[in-house]
Amino acid sequence: MKIYVCIKQIPDPNTVVSKLDPSTRRLVRSGVSLVLDPGDESTISAAIKLRDTIGNSELIAVSMGPTSAQEAMRRALAMGVDSAILVTDPALAGSDALSTARVLAAVLKKENAGMIFCSTESTDGYTGMVPGGIAEFLGIPQLTFAREINVEGQRAVIKQVTQTGYRTVESSLPAVITIASGSFEAIYPTMKGIMSARKKPFTQLTLSDLGIEAAQVGEAGAREQVMTIGKVEARAAGQVMKDDGNAASTIADFLQRYQLL
Amino acid sequence: MESRLDTDKQAVIDEVQRFVEREVIPVAHDLEHDDIYPVELIEKMKTLGIFSATIPEVYGGLGFDFYTYSQIIEQLSRGWMSLAGIVNTHVLVAYMIATYGTEEQRRAFLPVMAQGEKRGGICLSEANAGSDVQAITMTATRDGSDYLLNGSKLWVTNGQRGGIFAVLARTDTAARPPFRGMSIFLVEKGTPGLSSSRTFEKLGYKGVETAELVFDNVRVPAANLLGGVEGEGFKHAMSGLEVGRINVAARAVGVAQAAFNDAIRYARQRSTFGKPIAQHQAIQLKLAGMATKIEAARLLLHQAAQKKDRGERCDLEAGMAKLFATEMCQEVTLEAMRIFGGYGYTKEFNVERYYRDAPFMLVAEGTSEIQQLVIARQLLERYKI
Repeated sequence: MKIYVCIKQIPDPNTVVSKLDPSTRRLVRSGVSLVLDPGDESTISAAIKLRDTIGNSELIAVSMGPTSAQEAMRRALAMGVDSAILVTDPALAGSDALSTARVLAAVLKKENAGMIFCSTESTDGYTGMVPGGIAEFLGIPQLTFAREINVEGQRAVIKQVTQTGYRTVESSLPAVITIASGSFEAIYPTMKGIMSARKKPFTQLTLSDLGIEAAQVGEAGAREQVMTIGKVEARAAGQVMKDDGNAASTIADFLQRYQLL
Repeated sequence: MESRLDTDKQAVIDEVQRFVEREVIPVAHDLEHDDIYPVELIEKMKTLGIFSATIPEVYGGLGFDFYTYSQIIEQLSRGWMSLAGIVNTHVLVAYMIATYGTEEQRRAFLPVMAQGEKRGGICLSEANAGSDVQAITMTATRDGSDYLLNGSKLWVTNGQRGGIFAVLARTDTAARPPFRGMSIFLVEKGTPGLSSSRTFEKLGYKGVETAELVFDNVRVPAANLLGGVEGEGFKHAMSGLEVGRINVAARAVGVAQAAFNDAIRYARQRSTFGKPIAQHQAIQLKLAGMATKIEAARLLLHQAAQKKDRGERCDLEAGMAKLFATEMCQEVTLEAMRIFGGYGYTKEFNVERYYRDAPFMLVAEGTSEIQQLVIARQLLERYKI
């Protein structure tokens, strides 16, 4: 089976203090260190695990972004992904979640994808709308919050994390599967993997390769508009209780008020 | 001097750095204080590929040059110097086999060493022969198609966990000067007659065993005589020591960098007389001196490694790098402790570990005094009037 994993390059959340450009109201991505989204590393690990379990399969990473996103894709290849496809085009600048889903879906349709892995959401934008968009564009089911994934015949069977535990959900294939964060042990690149990443197939596509009009994507095609940006209100300080002999019952009353007891 | 790695090798170093931060730093303090051999870390290092780094690609390794290797060692040592020791002896044995071994020896040993399944150990020093290598008394006597090894070796890193030992012995006790009668044998763990009599408790460099190995009529096939020719062992050992000195210099740079990183972070957090101590000139002078010395040592290290990579003799450069880096490390770790004040003397912070690890490097792979003799000898050779 051809398994695909959609990935994204983002400003390094460990070193970069996120800044918003007040005029465009978008995240500043230039002049900062960029990395493969750490959430995607977990998703790639889940996909590698499935590929190796079911056998006779290949794993392809797909991304949309500037040419600098090659570096993030190379890391995916170093981790063990077999090949990579990057869609890059000046007209894509300013794309919203809808455009991103449209572009990725066009690649996946062309590739005849059997299974598509996505992180639940990216670590920079956090919209969480791209996986659902891809499923919609392709007209295939989406299985969300997977913590275990199996293929049984022509069906995907997952254990889905719920608020109280998990439940088993299945669907026909092809399907989009989003990963519950923290459910899969990360696979780290080996030295050999890093050295061989550059020798693996890497394809770069433009909008015309996908038959997408520039007006449908980027700033021009955006249906999402950021109206305002602002700071999150600082949290109010907590209540300090001094123990005058009644602290236990005061705390119990407090917890009861919020129905925590 | 070309001083940049290509992007793939830089990615390798970045990954080692991430590995050290993710896996090593959180556990190093406890493993070191409890003197526990890092079994799990070794498994992870095997997976990462550290044991294969310098072994030629044709034998299953990555074929990295020593310039790249020195940066891997610096990163590992930044986390925990003992790990770099486990790698060092392994790399030395692999280097000697790859450089001087017969094709059969390379095929027999290097692939398993690249996987880290069998790790190497070096057996040179004896109770009465350290800096004076020619004073060794271990003998290897021909017996049919084998040799019989007798004697004992000291300070063997990986002495108990290692799988392949490179053992220097006298095949011709009448040879004058004695080094002409010395040969190296590749002895596998489990060979009858080979045992470890004891390990040493040490000031630092903990978690990795430093053992005494006893050879009592250990029968080794002649096919395991390194290079297949007697009398070359001293030369092989000296060439290996150049690599060893590059390794120890890299360790010293790594430990000093760790001490500096901790010190500058602390200097920003700790306040006295109304401001962070980093704002006091007394501390700034220390920080400036520490960072300058570390950088100078790193440049000497890279110069030596690149000379080795070009296949040139580098005893002068490796000697200078080792001498300067290890003396620097001793000074910088002490300065870090001074910046930490009383806290630096406690086990709550890592600077006391760096301070205890530093003197090991002053004596390992040739003491500072021996380095100076090596350097002086080469200087007199090069500066002839």
